[in-house]
Amino acid sequence: MRLIESIGQWLDARLQIGGVIRETAEHRVPRETASWFYVFGSAAFVVFMLQIVTGILLALIYVPSAGEAWSSLQTLNHNVTLGWYIRALHGWGSDFMVAIVLIHMVQVFLFGAYKYPRELTWIVGVFLLLVTLGMAFSGQVLRFDQDAYWGLGIGASIASRVPFVGPRIVNLMLGGPIIAGATLSRFFALHVFVIPGLLIAFVAVHLLMVVKIGINEWPMPGRVVRKATYVKEYHELTKKEGVPFVPGAIWKDLFFAAFILLSLAVCAAYFGPFGPSGPPDPTIIQTAPRPDYFFLWLYAVLSLLPPSMETPALLIGPVVLILALLVLPFAFGEGEKSWQRRPIAVLTVLLAAVSLGTFTHLAENAPWSPVMDAWSGVPIPAEFLRNRSALERQGALVFQLKQCHNCHSLGNEGGKRGPDLDAVAVRLTQDQLVRQVIQGGGNMPAYGKNLSPAETTALVDFLETLHPAGQSPARDASRAVVLESGATTPSAAPSPGNP
Amino acid sequence: MTLQGGLTRRDLFMKIGLLVNGIVGAILAVPIVGYLLSPISRERKGAYDAWVPLGDLEKFPSGQTRFATYRNPVVNPTDGDTADIACWVRNVDGQSFQVFAVNCAHLGCPVRWFPQSGLFMCPCHGGVYYQDGSRASGPPERGLFEYAYKIEDGKLLIKTGEMPTPGQASNIGGERRPCA
Repeated sequence: MRLIESIGQWLDARLQIGGVIRETAEHRVPRETASWFYVFGSAAFVVFMLQIVTGILLALIYVPSAGEAWSSLQTLNHNVTLGWYIRALHGWGSDFMVAIVLIHMVQVFLFGAYKYPRELTWIVGVFLLLVTLGMAFSGQVLRFDQDAYWGLGIGASIASRVPFVGPRIVNLMLGGPIIAGATLSRFFALHVFVIPGLLIAFVAVHLLMVVKIGINEWPMPGRVVRKATYVKEYHELTKKEGVPFVPGAIWKDLFFAAFILLSLAVCAAYFGPFGPSGPPDPTIIQTAPRPDYFFLWLYAVLSLLPPSMETPALLIGPVVLILALLVLPFAFGEGEKSWQRRPIAVLTVLLAAVSLGTFTHLAENAPWSPVMDAWSGVPIPAEFLRNRSALERQGALVFQLKQCHNCHSLGNEGGKRGPDLDAVAVRLTQDQLVRQVIQGGGNMPAYGKNLSPAETTALVDFLETLHPAGQSPARDASRAVVLESGATTPSAAPSPGNP
Repeated sequence: MTLQGGLTRRDLFMKIGLLVNGIVGAILAVPIVGYLLSPISRERKGAYDAWVPLGDLEKFPSGQTRFATYRNPVVNPTDGDTADIACWVRNVDGQSFQVFAVNCAHLGCPVRWFPQSGLFMCPCHGGVYYQDGSRASGPPERGLFEYAYKIEDGKLLIKTGEMPTPGQASNIGGERRPCA
């Protein structure tokens, strides 16, 4: 014991940091901030530490070469003892980190912590969110599989739409004319050197400010922030009813960090690593690329935006969003901190959460994507074929063969790109069906050139049978009259509606 | 020792030292920036594009659309399979051809050809194109990207080298056609 003490004294005589550490540990924080609401920042930090450790472990095996990255991931998954688990920890760590950073941000926003004098702490926090997302995206690229390859293509297509310099940005991003070895190498450099360097620097500044300025006090309705008086009030508060950070507040951080690490370890062990999916060979086009979880909402937005709004939304939207986050502490630097007195803040969080949740949920099902193999792999349910005539069944064959099923579902089977056709005969008359099939429209291709008259007749006859039992198909009353008059009096004078 | 204006000798040396470092830094910045921007400066000379053979004409029967692959003209040793690029070749009437990039004109996902319905479909966001590459439905704002082609010694060649993206209009005959 005495030996340890003397070694400690020897070190501190030379390092001179014992005093700083003691001061930091014992600095007084408002009593109410020793709360379970104040644990997310430290949890994000702990997960980041784990990411550094697992990242270095992965780098022992991973090869950042477009020709070998994918097989080195297979090696990690199958040939290296517990390689799969380290990959799983790193992948789940990424998801946990993004989630915790977002929760931390929401908590800080609702508690008004961005207000005076913590504006810069918030702004650095916004940069921390951006670099965390940058880590998530570049990490997805390093898992160099089909999704990574085509995800890069999507990133390049978005970047190319920047006016004037778009194609140059694409070349810079890809490191050449195509997605290839140089692309992976530069994303490796970003993921392993550049962005972590920024992340560490931002974390250091962020933490320094939290310690120096003091943690945000628990917001009380009616306790209003004023620049003239705030600092004095805060110091009185910490003096009067403050507790030393260690051990007064830190034990909750420690408990929560342990809980998060344990959850992460369990998720990684139970669900395993992410991918890799198929090899990054661009000649294998039988693939349906999907982004990682935290970018699914973007996938939905890109599918649902009207084409004309897409480029402006893609290029202006993020700029406006980031600017809004950066301006926030200056625009609302004073006033109420409590969420109970800030209904618009609460509604903003709810709106953002519901929007992101809805888009993510939609993207998990991706109803806008055609089901590429429905025409050959998803049969028409039997109830749509029972008691049908030969011509109608021929129409059902046309329905499959012409890939209608890729976009239209029957009995909830098949694509959801277009409307389901379970009861299409109730919605459209025979003539309207023919017109829709031949001419398309309403976001449906025209099939006029690819259907013979016989195929069209068969297909429309089949579609005519698609109506609920007991509900008759839509029909054009005048058509019946015309056909009837035409049939009974073929030699009569031309009736008004005769074609 | 103090020079005129209150500037000491040491102040002066420090300022000269800063200036010298600034000049050296600016000189060093030239190769560093040049290295970083090399993917762009190379493209400016048009060095990425080249005529690449897709194979004998017999591989592409008249009236049909076939899958073809080629090795990108710009290749580096670490590229692996990523330098193998795919395209769709449409032999319109035995005389003229259309060669489409597999990359969807929306956001670059690989489109697949369905000969039965004469459509290209994209698995990502649901873009659909007719057999002549024109837009049929979905989010794309234009038709498929098309490579320039020529026929030499019974072989089909296309001019390619760069991944086509919506913002870049080179080598692409992408004028908007009315929906067929």
